[in-house]
Amino acid sequence: MDATALIGSLAEGAPGARVEQAPSVDGQPTVFVEPADLLAVLAFVRDAPTLRFSCLADLAAVDFWPREPRFELVYHLVSIDLGQRLRVKTRLAGSDAHVASAASLWPAADWLEREVWDLFGVVFDGHPDLRRLLMPEDWEGHPLRKDYPVQIRMTPRTSEPVQVTEAEFRANLQRDRLSRQ
Amino acid sequence: MTASMPGLRTETMTVNMGPQHPSTHGVLRLVLELDGETIRSASATIGYLHTGIEKTAEQKKWQQVIPLVERMDYLSAQSNSLAFSMSVERLMGLEVPERVRWIRVLIAELQRINSHLVWLGTHGMEVGAVSVMLYCFRERELLLNINEMLAGFRMFPSYIRIGGLREDLPRGFHEAVREFLDRLPGKLDEYEDLLTKNEIYVERTRGVGVISKDDAVACGLVGPIARASGVSYDVRRVFPYLGYDALDFEVPTRPDGDVYSRYLVRVAEMRESVKICRQVLERISPTGAYAVDDPRVTPPPKHKVYTEMEALIQHFLLYSQGITVPAGEAYVPVEGPRGEQGFYVVSDGTNRPWRVKARSPSLLACQALARMIVGGMIADVIAVIGSIDVVMGDVDR
Amino acid sequence: MPEAHPAPPPITDPASSLEIPVLTTTVEKMVQWARRSSIWPVTFGLACCAIEMMSMSASRYDIARFGAEVFRGSPRQSDLMIVAGRLSRKMAPPLRRIYDQMPEPKWVISMGACASIGGVFDNYALVQGVDQVVPVDVYVPGCPPRPESLIYGIVQLQRKIAQQKLA
Repeated sequence: MDATALIGSLAEGAPGARVEQAPSVDGQPTVFVEPADLLAVLAFVRDAPTLRFSCLADLAAVDFWPREPRFELVYHLVSIDLGQRLRVKTRLAGSDAHVASAASLWPAADWLEREVWDLFGVVFDGHPDLRRLLMPEDWEGHPLRKDYPVQIRMTPRTSEPVQVTEAEFRANLQRDRLSRQ
Repeated sequence: MTASMPGLRTETMTVNMGPQHPSTHGVLRLVLELDGETIRSASATIGYLHTGIEKTAEQKKWQQVIPLVERMDYLSAQSNSLAFSMSVERLMGLEVPERVRWIRVLIAELQRINSHLVWLGTHGMEVGAVSVMLYCFRERELLLNINEMLAGFRMFPSYIRIGGLREDLPRGFHEAVREFLDRLPGKLDEYEDLLTKNEIYVERTRGVGVISKDDAVACGLVGPIARASGVSYDVRRVFPYLGYDALDFEVPTRPDGDVYSRYLVRVAEMRESVKICRQVLERISPTGAYAVDDPRVTPPPKHKVYTEMEALIQHFLLYSQGITVPAGEAYVPVEGPRGEQGFYVVSDGTNRPWRVKARSPSLLACQALARMIVGGMIADVIAVIGSIDVVMGDVDR
Repeated sequence: MPEAHPAPPPITDPASSLEIPVLTTTVEKMVQWARRSSIWPVTFGLACCAIEMMSMSASRYDIARFGAEVFRGSPRQSDLMIVAGRLSRKMAPPLRRIYDQMPEPKWVISMGACASIGGVFDNYALVQGVDQVVPVDVYVPGCPPRPESLIYGIVQLQRKIAQQKLA
């Protein structure tokens, strides 16, 4: 199934979705989707009986700074049953990059979206637990953006911040003491 | 039991495993909530080996990215460089000669055997069969000898390059590979003797860490884990590359989805790899073409560089300026030892990549780990982590 | 009057076959010899170098000949930390904590280029050399170092221990 036939079936399955075909050199049909229609299109390609893209292989983000729209999200989908591949792309503006989360469709998207948030700063609305995945939790900045430096000078932190405050610690002690009486 | 004993206060215990732990195959941190020995919930924290390879790759020239990506998934190093080279070659529209394709197949399958031997050794050691580790590493030394013969380096030969290979095969390569292939099946029989019908091993691994077929696919686990759950998907069969469709091999699949099935699948895969290697070795001539005959990509032979001016200039440009890849994107998946691997490569038409994104099978396996261990016992966590064969370099990149 | 006991046999050169072989030495030399002949590393394999470290403990290169075959899981029972692999910024606090948990005397070998100086990865994510976090005794270069290189590093460490004063 090539991209033209796919777009044709999308017109029935996800009406109103603005989809355009893109050229591809590696034989995978590639379509561009508007961010607002993304979740509907992904749900359709997952469930439609002629498509059945049951596996989200990869979610990549590309930063095209200083071009606007800045970010491009690329979803690589695989249909295990039918032996097909599909690439769904969407473009996001640099300021306030939001898109709906696909974690409800594929559990694989959970960490993949966390990684994109961590490294690029793209927010996924509706994600169950959007926090940093690869960088330390209190890191500032999104390292894979093009305006983030490659080499930085920073003394390595050698101790982790204490996880409870003193008041909490004393409260825990008190509670234990009381429960043992 | 606890409900029938009034006054008995129970609470769950939170236990932290890692990031430094003998059995987590690298730096993985698991926070487990235990009710006695049963795991109520698990959460994995990764990122302790994040190396910023993708960011560094944007600063390097195209050929310089090969050593970087080899060190990403360090047990399937040459599968990584193969996947990257194939994506870039697809972008450039290069067709490597047939001999190079067969050599690449051979190297990829030997790398699969290499990775599975390390997996078997460490998994056996963690489950208690310590001698299996010593045996597997002994076989692996022969493979590392072959790597050393190819490029002088044991683990990361950087032998597969964009446009073909680094140089022609060395003398004695065919004999060394043939000797290894003759030796391995007998050794695999020995290892299976130790483990497959071993009651202790079977008790520890059968029914442990089960993941169902649909869950495996929804979690993106396309590789030996999914094949052990009944999903017969192998990139070599479904999206053939490098001439795999002309070769005769099976894709072992098992229906149960537990640790024992994954063990059986991987051992069977090693035997299939031996079969593939034997078929391919016949088709490789001892000397011949080792790279595509394109002056934009392949450096000229050294004797010409020393005598001809054009060759000298070409060599200089290739190594100072690098190759130029037309703008566009490409993703060519390969079947690595852990599943589908590939590099989504975006080029802006210059001599440096714009974006290199690695499709990491181990990341998704790590994510699915929580699913597999919840409800089981803490002693099974080690067996399950061993069976999903995570390489933290691939998870964190 | 009972006879005096006969004099004990003289303690002489052990090469002489009829005498009791006894070596005289100092306490310091004994302790140094004991320490360097049984250095037990803690498992701190981070990345690719860890695989070569495992190869070193396997049968071909066999670190057990040098007394260091027991890789302890707990830092409290080990003397040596071989930092094998690239140290990311997130991992630096656990590294320091494991080092602090080791009892004295302890030594650190920085294995590989990434642990020594950051290696090929000069970027935001890695600590450029573990000596920014823990004091290192021996640096072993390589990417990854061959098992023989690492064994040489351990032998150099043994030589260093042979010269360490007790106090």
